[in-house]
Amino acid sequence: MHKLMEIRWHGRGGQGVVTASRILAEAMLKEGKHFQAFPEYGPERMGAPVKAFNRVSEQPIRIHCGVTSPEIVVVVDPTLLGTIDVLEGMKEDGTLVANFDGSPQELRKLLGFDSGKVFTLNASHISREVLGRVMANTPMLGGLCRAFDQVSLESVSEALKAQFGEKLRPEIIDKNITCLKRAYEEAQQG
Amino acid sequence: MAKVIGLNGNAAVANAMRQINPHVVAAYPITPQTDCVERFAEFVADGRVDTEFVTVESEHSAMSACVGAAAAGGRVMTATSANGLALMWEIVYIAASMRLPIVMMVANRALSGNINIHCDHSDTMGARDAGWLQLFSENAQEAYDNTIMAIKIAEDMSVRLPVMVTQDGFIISHALECVELLEDEEVQKFIGPYKERYPMLDLKNPVTYGPLDLFDYYFEHKWSQIDAIDHCLPVIEKVSAEYGKLSGRNYELLESYKLDDAEVGIVALGSTCGTAKEAVDRMREAGKKVGLLKVRCFRPFPTEQVIKTLSPLKGVAVLDRSATFGGFGGPVFTEIRSALYDAPERPLVIDFLYGLGGRDIFMEDIEMAHSRIEGVVKKGRIDTHVDFLGLRE
Repeated sequence: MHKLMEIRWHGRGGQGVVTASRILAEAMLKEGKHFQAFPEYGPERMGAPVKAFNRVSEQPIRIHCGVTSPEIVVVVDPTLLGTIDVLEGMKEDGTLVANFDGSPQELRKLLGFDSGKVFTLNASHISREVLGRVMANTPMLGGLCRAFDQVSLESVSEALKAQFGEKLRPEIIDKNITCLKRAYEEAQQG
Repeated sequence: MAKVIGLNGNAAVANAMRQINPHVVAAYPITPQTDCVERFAEFVADGRVDTEFVTVESEHSAMSACVGAAAAGGRVMTATSANGLALMWEIVYIAASMRLPIVMMVANRALSGNINIHCDHSDTMGARDAGWLQLFSENAQEAYDNTIMAIKIAEDMSVRLPVMVTQDGFIISHALECVELLEDEEVQKFIGPYKERYPMLDLKNPVTYGPLDLFDYYFEHKWSQIDAIDHCLPVIEKVSAEYGKLSGRNYELLESYKLDDAEVGIVALGSTCGTAKEAVDRMREAGKKVGLLKVRCFRPFPTEQVIKTLSPLKGVAVLDRSATFGGFGGPVFTEIRSALYDAPERPLVIDFLYGLGGRDIFMEDIEMAHSRIEGVVKKGRIDTHVDFLGLRE
């Protein structure tokens, strides 16, 4: 079936949101799909809210405008929940995947969102435990794998290894893979 | 075997440059082109190319170094954007006047002010009269393909003119997409070894470049430049056809999308064409007889082909991503409308300025342009020749 899926990432400058969207794109390549990954380039400052986008399709993607009505929204930074409208333009039956210390029901209540699907996981906690620092982008990729059936944990792991292979030590890459897997298992749907 | 990888437009062109392995690259970084030159500099540092990479203190020097190296007898490339291109201005003209086959990637960006780093075509449209060939790219794949073809076109013995290959800044330059690369050897075989023509380093046959040229012969020299660029279209077609055989990706001067039975057409350049194709499909599903004309080659302008393709239509909406202040519409509109003036049958043509400074263009905007031209056709007359898309009121 030819369907274009659009994904929007929310985070803050320095949290690896753009990197996460690139890793997802590389994972889609491994699955033989067509993809786009692009950030929103505004004034880039550490800590300022930033967005990145993915498009995924079985067919070549021709459209080159911004993503305004995504099927999936991923929120990497929990302080953005309730601060900015992360659900803006999201499809009615869309999926929200958020780094959130609480249940999907609690998040639904916080955002006043009662349709679609909600996945929550405490990505900050997972990364602090495994990596020793808060780097929520990799666990959020694991959470996304749970919510998005067109991408497997295996291809994301491989893409992550390829992305970080030249920059990080092997043990750090292994820890990132652990983050990914733990997040996949710990994500709650509701 | 060709392989598909994920690259943004800048990386795609940097890889084309790596495979071309030019003798000299002189470039100065400017957003959004920087990423391309940085990646190429890495290839140089890693010894993956033999290129002499000249780091310069400005774009004026970058183009000057390119002119010197090309006149000396080298295969030369560079890249820039917006204000960088503006700073090269003087030497951009000189490169063409000296018939030097330099290839330059331009990541299209708005020319100030106010300061803006995002896409519009005001930079390359300003340079449209500099004597360079200009090829516009819809996506990263086309930016890669056009860069390789540009070398062969520029260096053709009947062309020997510089070529600009454009891609939309950020929209293409910074968006990761699927790109299929040729093998390094395939690229080398396709472009062939560089053929010198009157190299300054041939000391046995000394030549002069750029001497004083007043009312005695300057006009004749300009005529020869006009004549040369006027004869480039068949070479671009020939090289594109050869490239099609090699890569399986076929390029023409103009790409006609669903225009065969269309009543009205949209004309656009660059990344907007991808979005416009989706919009055309959506309008076709709603029973609208509409198509798209994508202008890949803007210089030289393929006048005859434009007439042939557009004159059977009833209406044409041109999308211009740059303004000509005080002129009659944008540069693409002027060109299209002028080409159609003598056509036995001609459509009504209106212009839309859009997307300045990176203002996004959505399918709905293109549908709006369509409904406007549809209305003009129904009425049989144009009330507003030049209008705006996506402008806040």
